[in-house]
Amino acid sequence: MAKSSDDVWILGASMTKFGRYPGRDVVDLGSEAALAALSDGDVKIHDMQVMAVGNLAEAGGMVGQRIQKQIGQTGIPVYNVANACATGATAVRTVYMAIKSGEADMGLAVGVEVMGKAGLLGSAGRSKEGPNVYEPSGRYGAVMSPEGILGTGVMPGVFAQAGMEYAYENDGVTFEQFAKVAEKNHAHSVLNPLAQYQKAFSLEEIKAAEMVAYPNTLLMCCPTGDGAAAVVLVSGEKLASLSDEQRKRAVKISASVLTSDPWTERGQVQPDVNTLTRNAADAAYEKAGVSPQDLDLVELHDCFATAELLHYDNLRLCEPGGAGDFIDSGAPRRDGRTPVNVSGGLISKGHPLGATGVANLYEVATHLRGEAGDRQVPEAKVGLTHVIGLGSACAVHILEKAAS
Amino acid sequence: MSTTVPIVDYLELGDEPRLVAKSCSSCGALYFDRRNACARCGGTDFDRRPLAGQGKVRTFTIVQRAAPGVKVPYVSAVVDLDGGGSVKSNLVDVEPAPEQVTLGMPVRLVTYSVGTDDQGTEAVAFGFAPA
Ligand SMILES: [Zn+2]
Repeated sequence: MAKSSDDVWILGASMTKFGRYPGRDVVDLGSEAALAALSDGDVKIHDMQVMAVGNLAEAGGMVGQRIQKQIGQTGIPVYNVANACATGATAVRTVYMAIKSGEADMGLAVGVEVMGKAGLLGSAGRSKEGPNVYEPSGRYGAVMSPEGILGTGVMPGVFAQAGMEYAYENDGVTFEQFAKVAEKNHAHSVLNPLAQYQKAFSLEEIKAAEMVAYPNTLLMCCPTGDGAAAVVLVSGEKLASLSDEQRKRAVKISASVLTSDPWTERGQVQPDVNTLTRNAADAAYEKAGVSPQDLDLVELHDCFATAELLHYDNLRLCEPGGAGDFIDSGAPRRDGRTPVNVSGGLISKGHPLGATGVANLYEVATHLRGEAGDRQVPEAKVGLTHVIGLGSACAVHILEKAAS
Repeated sequence: MSTTVPIVDYLELGDEPRLVAKSCSSCGALYFDRRNACARCGGTDFDRRPLAGQGKVRTFTIVQRAAPGVKVPYVSAVVDLDGGGSVKSNLVDVEPAPEQVTLGMPVRLVTYSVGTDDQGTEAVAFGFAPA
């Protein structure tokens, strides 16, 4: 098969089922995913020359080295990374860069998170012991937490406002269209045994569910959960020396892009989730020499239903301003023109923060290998993954099936 | 004697309360928080720039579920101010229902008390009411 020696390939991939694992920690779940990815690639930890591990909740806790103690302490460099919801993808890209630089020809990236039932709502931080005396503090000179007084900065509301801004700019995007995104992803998850939830809901049920932050109801928000995913990456040159079976299942990383927010005017008061996604997508398409029309499937960051709708436009899957029509047309459904989140997406597959960006690579790679079982997108050859972490960090990867 | 303090330092109290941004002396970019340098052009000098008290709702959400200590429901909005600058705050004097809030609706700055501390100092917040 034709391959440039400086391409980087996915050799092995795995994910745990997402869900709740009381009594298991990040080391248990991360190790399980890591061992499964090594086994999937038919390689050993001793073949790895670099390792990167993404985790948020214990970002200062040397999670990578703790996983090594379970799967093999070989003395290789370990990078522990944190980048909000782009953490897992950042771990992948860290290994990718190490291989690109020529420092390593094989490496392991792991993403893992144990969230328990922690909510995404944060805390107002207004209750404290002792006398209450207003003292301006912080970079805004605030005398109290502004959450709920000067608007909201918590995720459900931020992504709701991002969706409503899209509605403002593109007349005609409705509550119903946002809800359709969730209906689609819940329906997709029924076929994915690794999804945290595998339950379909009607559009009416989704619209009638408890409102969290208009227009996102509870069934339009991703759950919290636990899980891990891992990939083994290999250089093109090294891959050429491996077995036929390994080469046949390898998936090419045609583009790996990470962006942060460029300055935008309103981005100073409300996170701008669009510009950095557009920048990442455009750079990835150019690098891969692939156009949005070439994509057979997309796993994008649907932390909330409103977010998925925006990203149809940001990732150029639809006409500019046409995200509402795109969902109405059925294009992003599993049997549509550009299937989006056939895994069930974050909304139903789940969103253990650090694992998410690796798990979406697992999903796309599994389809490109033709191993996705009941949810297989037929004849899938090219796919795209996207994650965004508020703050912000955005990663886009384009994957291609090996030309046999 | 009762004194007042603004909830954040970019709210200026007085007879006509107003929002005051830091404006980059080189490129005019506006910021509400303390900045070491301009995130757009790198300039390190800033001027104070009072902003208009009128604007239009660019986007909103109605928050129904929040952390303990945050009163729900409320309307959070980003308002584009006439003459430049965008700011996030609550919409007040409006029923928190999707039919009651319109994208693009004109609003005006208002202030109100949000609490009193143990020394009798009153904290004053700002919001936006239908114009
Ligand atoms: Zn500037």
